[in-house]
Amino acid sequence: MAKERHDPATGRCTTGHEWNGIEELETPIPRIVLFFLAVTTLIAIGYWILMPAWPLGVTYTKGLLGIDQRKVVAKQVEDAAAARAAWTDRIAQASLSEIAADPDLMRHVRETGRTHFIDNCAACHGTGGTGGPGFPNLSAKAWLWGGEPEAILETIRVGINSAHAETRTSQMLAFGRDGTLEREQVRAVAAYVRSLSGLPTSADNKALIPAGKEIFSANCTACHGEDARGNTDIGAPNLTDETWIYGSDAQTVFTTIYSGRQGQMPSWESRLSPVDRKLLALYVGTLGEDRQ
Amino acid sequence: MVTGLTGTERRLALVVLGMLSLIGLAMAVAGRGDPLAAHGYIVLVFSLGLGSAVLSVVFAPEPPASRLSEYYDDPTRVGIILALAWAVVGMFVGVWIAALLAWPELTFVDSAWASFGRLRPIHTSGVIFGFGGNALIATSFHVLQRTCRARLPDQFSPWFVLIGYNLFCVIAATGYLMGLTQSKEYAEPEWYADIWLVVVWVVYFLIYIRTLQRRKEPHIYVANWYYMAFILVVAVLHIVNNLAVPVSFGHAKSYSLFAGVQDAMTQWWYGHNAVAFFLTAGFLGMMYYYLPKRAERPIFSYRLSIVSFWGITFMYMWAGAHHLHYTALPQWVQTLGMTFSIVLLVPSWASAGNALATLNGAWHRVRDDATLRFMMVAAVFYGLSTFEGSFMAIRAVNSLSHYTDWTVGHVHAGALGWVAMITFGSIYALVPWMWKQDRMYSPKLIEVHFWLALAGTVVYVFAMWNSGIIQGLMWRTYNDSGTLAYSFIDSLVAMHPYYIARAFGGLLFLTGAVICAFNVGMTIRMAHRRRKAEVDGDVPLYAAPGVTQAGE
Amino acid sequence: MKEFFHRKIERNAIGFVLAIVGVASIGGFVEIAPLFTIHETVEAAPDMRVYTPLELAGRNIYIREGCYACHSQMIRTLRDEVERYGPYSLAVESKYDHPMLWGSKRTGPDLARLGGKYSDAWHVAHLLNPRDVVPESVMPRYGWLKRNPLRIDDLGEHLAAQRAVGAPYTDAMIENATADARGQAVPDSPESSGVTERYGEATNVRAFDGNQGVLTEMDALVAYLQVVGQLTQAARQETAAKED
Ligand code: HEC
Ligand code: HEC
Ligand code: HEC
Ligand code: HEM
Ligand code: HEM
Ligand SMILES: [Ca+2]
Ligand SMILES: [Ca+2]
Ligand SMILES: [Cu+2]
Repeated sequence: MAKERHDPATGRCTTGHEWNGIEELETPIPRIVLFFLAVTTLIAIGYWILMPAWPLGVTYTKGLLGIDQRKVVAKQVEDAAAARAAWTDRIAQASLSEIAADPDLMRHVRETGRTHFIDNCAACHGTGGTGGPGFPNLSAKAWLWGGEPEAILETIRVGINSAHAETRTSQMLAFGRDGTLEREQVRAVAAYVRSLSGLPTSADNKALIPAGKEIFSANCTACHGEDARGNTDIGAPNLTDETWIYGSDAQTVFTTIYSGRQGQMPSWESRLSPVDRKLLALYVGTLGEDRQ
Repeated sequence: MVTGLTGTERRLALVVLGMLSLIGLAMAVAGRGDPLAAHGYIVLVFSLGLGSAVLSVVFAPEPPASRLSEYYDDPTRVGIILALAWAVVGMFVGVWIAALLAWPELTFVDSAWASFGRLRPIHTSGVIFGFGGNALIATSFHVLQRTCRARLPDQFSPWFVLIGYNLFCVIAATGYLMGLTQSKEYAEPEWYADIWLVVVWVVYFLIYIRTLQRRKEPHIYVANWYYMAFILVVAVLHIVNNLAVPVSFGHAKSYSLFAGVQDAMTQWWYGHNAVAFFLTAGFLGMMYYYLPKRAERPIFSYRLSIVSFWGITFMYMWAGAHHLHYTALPQWVQTLGMTFSIVLLVPSWASAGNALATLNGAWHRVRDDATLRFMMVAAVFYGLSTFEGSFMAIRAVNSLSHYTDWTVGHVHAGALGWVAMITFGSIYALVPWMWKQDRMYSPKLIEVHFWLALAGTVVYVFAMWNSGIIQGLMWRTYNDSGTLAYSFIDSLVAMHPYYIARAFGGLLFLTGAVICAFNVGMTIRMAHRRRKAEVDGDVPLYAAPGVTQAGE
Repeated sequence: MKEFFHRKIERNAIGFVLAIVGVASIGGFVEIAPLFTIHETVEAAPDMRVYTPLELAGRNIYIREGCYACHSQMIRTLRDEVERYGPYSLAVESKYDHPMLWGSKRTGPDLARLGGKYSDAWHVAHLLNPRDVVPESVMPRYGWLKRNPLRIDDLGEHLAAQRAVGAPYTDAMIENATADARGQAVPDSPESSGVTERYGEATNVRAFDGNQGVLTEMDALVAYLQVVGQLTQAARQETAAKED
């Protein structure tokens, strides 16, 4: 063990202990360390006095400022809503067509609707509203329930086949699985349906089209209409246009008719405020323009 | 190495391995139809394999009594190798998951084990427990003996700790692949692995205290204060946070004793102090030995060491609540977490400052010696990440940083810049001592490693600072209408370039680690060649067995 | 003098050990113990229910796959979070969560208000390949969930273990755990009436993965995702009360 030694590099003495060659200097604690220890401790004490801080059995010190994070955020949200009231009140009061005609309000609709749409709707309908297999394209203007903003607003409120008490309901029956139609018949009507939008068909299937047409008139027109242009009262899609919810290839159309479909759109009444829903209904209407 | 054990120790090893194989068998039987059985087989094969290795030399001649006049370093040597193996594995998985966040389809296989959520804990446990833990165990045995001038109390228990600990790591990592996790960050392994770790840890503690009791130095050196705090507090944290009830003895699955808010606070009391006592205290112990040793300088201030040690030990334990700001955790706890985190900066910087000031009078060495430079840069990053941590612990700042990549940036400033750098520096210092060489195989490669590590860390940390702050700001930016300007997906898309940059930075760092492993491997080979030459020349193994070797 | 005192402790290993343990124990004790004693820590919510066996199995899959590594389930008391995700999370909402899944990283969005937000079919499509429905996503695919049959024979043991740690499962719930799991995912089965009987009328009873035939891990996970944040309406009521 070494004795206290003078360290020439720093001019300090060592403590006199040595561990396998390691020594320590007897440097006093630098003032600045004590200073910052005092400063930070004082900051801490000040904070404890002002804010909720120390537990006391079944309660705790509430702090002189009486601040509680839940009250703070409730107030912030309230104040923010009040600050937005300048335009949200107008949205709340005006009819959808009045808003659509007001460029200033529509600016708010575009700005706010976009974030709401992507955070809530894009999971199904895509960030541009273009949809995906099973989820309709909202930018194509091929509406199931009608393209008027009022219809869209109602869809958003109650949903389709949702858990909401007033939900819109619709169903494409499972003609094959239920035994209404034979496999061959389903193939025939599928071929016919595909021909309606001018899709290319194999020679085999072409031959089935006349039979399919008959089956269609007997089974499908009740919902999809004589002209197969759909029925927006019951959410039955137009089968003559180019947009498809589930896909237009022969296999998918066959599956649709064989097994049926019942797409589900959630209800947003309990999640989004009336103003937000109105914004979204109008925003959905703008989706097509976004793309152009 | 087994031949270094005495006959009694070999028999003890056989008994313990026999018992372990019975436990493995019991797990395999009780856990039929459950992943527990797979772990049973792993334990069984592991203990039978080791058992047969011991058995093959059980009647070999006993080691000479002269061994008692030398330090017992075999476990340290093996520990270094294991640490480097885990470093490469853990960081490889780190680069993989970094790549998955940039290119999610890079999974190659449609298998559960290769999905992000299962690989991520392999990375975190692999680097923290595999790399960090083995490095801590290896260096602590070395430092403990040198600073106590006492040999380890026996030759069996260090092996039990080292091998038992690695069995724990293997169980943890294979468990994650099978989907076994308690979901508590840094405490993911299931109940039986947790229990096993307690057993290992108790033995580790006993080695420490027994050696300290036999020390020939009147005072306990600072490095040992930190190693002891690491061992003790990690034990307390581990036991409390892992309290759980297994579904049955035949199930790997268990349910945490605590729920909801109490569970959250317990978890982050643990999680934060795993950082404090595993990733900080343990590595400070390492730094307190290898840095002054390599710099050949006395510690700048003994008194400052005292203040920072007790400051860290006391205050860290209050800071965990800063992981739960603005959550359903009552605000009073958040206040305590925040204020103690702020005061904590002072002892943290005191230790960083103490380390850097120790280099006064040795800066020319820092310039010339990449090994010492690793340690110097580690101290700087330690200061940086503790400053950042205290800053992020302020509620207002945390409201921005929490849940974002900023936290990940902070983690890796600490993990790469501090934990990994101090470890690499210490390993480069230690390996030549352990294998009786004057230097590493290639000092040039140390230099290359240093620059790869530094560049990798800087790229990683800057990428995450950028992405984290952008993410945090995008989440709370309002447009003129007073509504949220960006959707979540907008922020996700904005992260993409930074995720690529991070993967690149990580790749640089991983390359450095591989180079280190190569350099260490070649040094060991060099040592074996030399030893072979010596044996061929009929020279005694170590010319003069002494209590200390030059430079250690 | 301080040094003098310290030089004494650092000569005594056992003393040093005790000092470390003593000094280090204070913080955790002061912060954790009162969380069990201070009454307002966990809010009252009479409508709070426990997870059904199927939901619990789903929650275990959520844990198994490490979803918590990317998703938080904790909406903080911050304006932007409340406006994006919904009412801030209450402590009572995770009262029966052993362990809690609040999370620490949002690589994906917060899920605390997820229940009921999307349809089952969307969840199935999303889990099979997130990029099918959200092209920008970096979430992994979970194809095996639809392939793996769900293990339900041991759910009674799971519920019993849950009860041992404090979740109020009744004997009937434990006894019928396996049947209830099947009943909840197979609405046409005779077992399904028991589910609503034991867990409440509002419990979802559906073929979550779109197929009543086989009970898969997908059924369980989707059943869980659909009740995240729905076990009590307390959070919505608390903010509603504030708005008045
Ligand atoms: C879980 C997936 C999902 C989410 C989320 C979702 N939708 Fe839908 N939405 C659907 C499906 C499916 C349909 C079509 C239902 C059908 O096939 O009959 C639909 C239909 C609609 C329609 C009717 C289209 C028409 O042609 O009449 C509108 C409008 C609409 N969604 C708007 C929205 C808005 C706005 C949001 C967000 C607030 C939203 N959707 C969120 C799945 C979803
Ligand atoms: C009970 C009313 C009803 C009848 C009858 C009916 N459909 Fe439908 N059909 C619907 C509804 C509603 C949808 C939309 C389902 C959805 O979106 O989930 C639909 C969807 C479809 C689609 C999918 C369109 C797309 O965009 O993917 C096809 C194809 C179709 N029907 C063909 C037929 C044919 C062929 C028949 C007769 C064999 C038929 N439908 C009879 C109500 C009906
Ligand atoms: C690698 C990170 C990652 C992992 C692991 C992960 N997710 Fe996601 N998750 C995301 C991202 C990114 C999104 C946002 C894009 C999207 O909707 O896919 C997301 C979105 C979601 C959403 C939609 C949330 C909403 O409100 O729009 C759900 C539900 C979800 N994930 C569930 C899960 C489940 C269940 C698991 C585990 C089985 C899981 N996630 C694992 C990253 C991840
Ligand atoms: C090759 C270098 C490394 C790379 C590429 C890397 C990459 C990653 C990635 C991608 C994550 C997940 C982040 C997320 O979920 O968003 C992560 C997490 C983590 N890594 Fe690393 N890592 C590296 C090295 C290390 C090292 C050396 C350590 C520790 C010694 C470490 C400790 C951690 C920890 C603790 C986390 C969890 C962070 C959290 O939950 O906030 N990493 N790393
Ligand atoms: C004074 C010292 C430190 C303080 C006060 C501190 C504080 C913090 C804070 C506030 C967070 C973010 C919590 C959140 O928002 O979720 C955090 C996360 C983290 N820090 Fe530190 N930090 C310190 C030092 C370190 C060091 C040296 C490391 C070494 C590696 C480290 C590793 C981590 C890790 C791994 C996490 C991520 C935890 C998680 O999984 O969420 N910290 N720290
Ligand atoms: Ca554990
Ligand atoms: Ca984390
Ligand atoms: Cu922390």
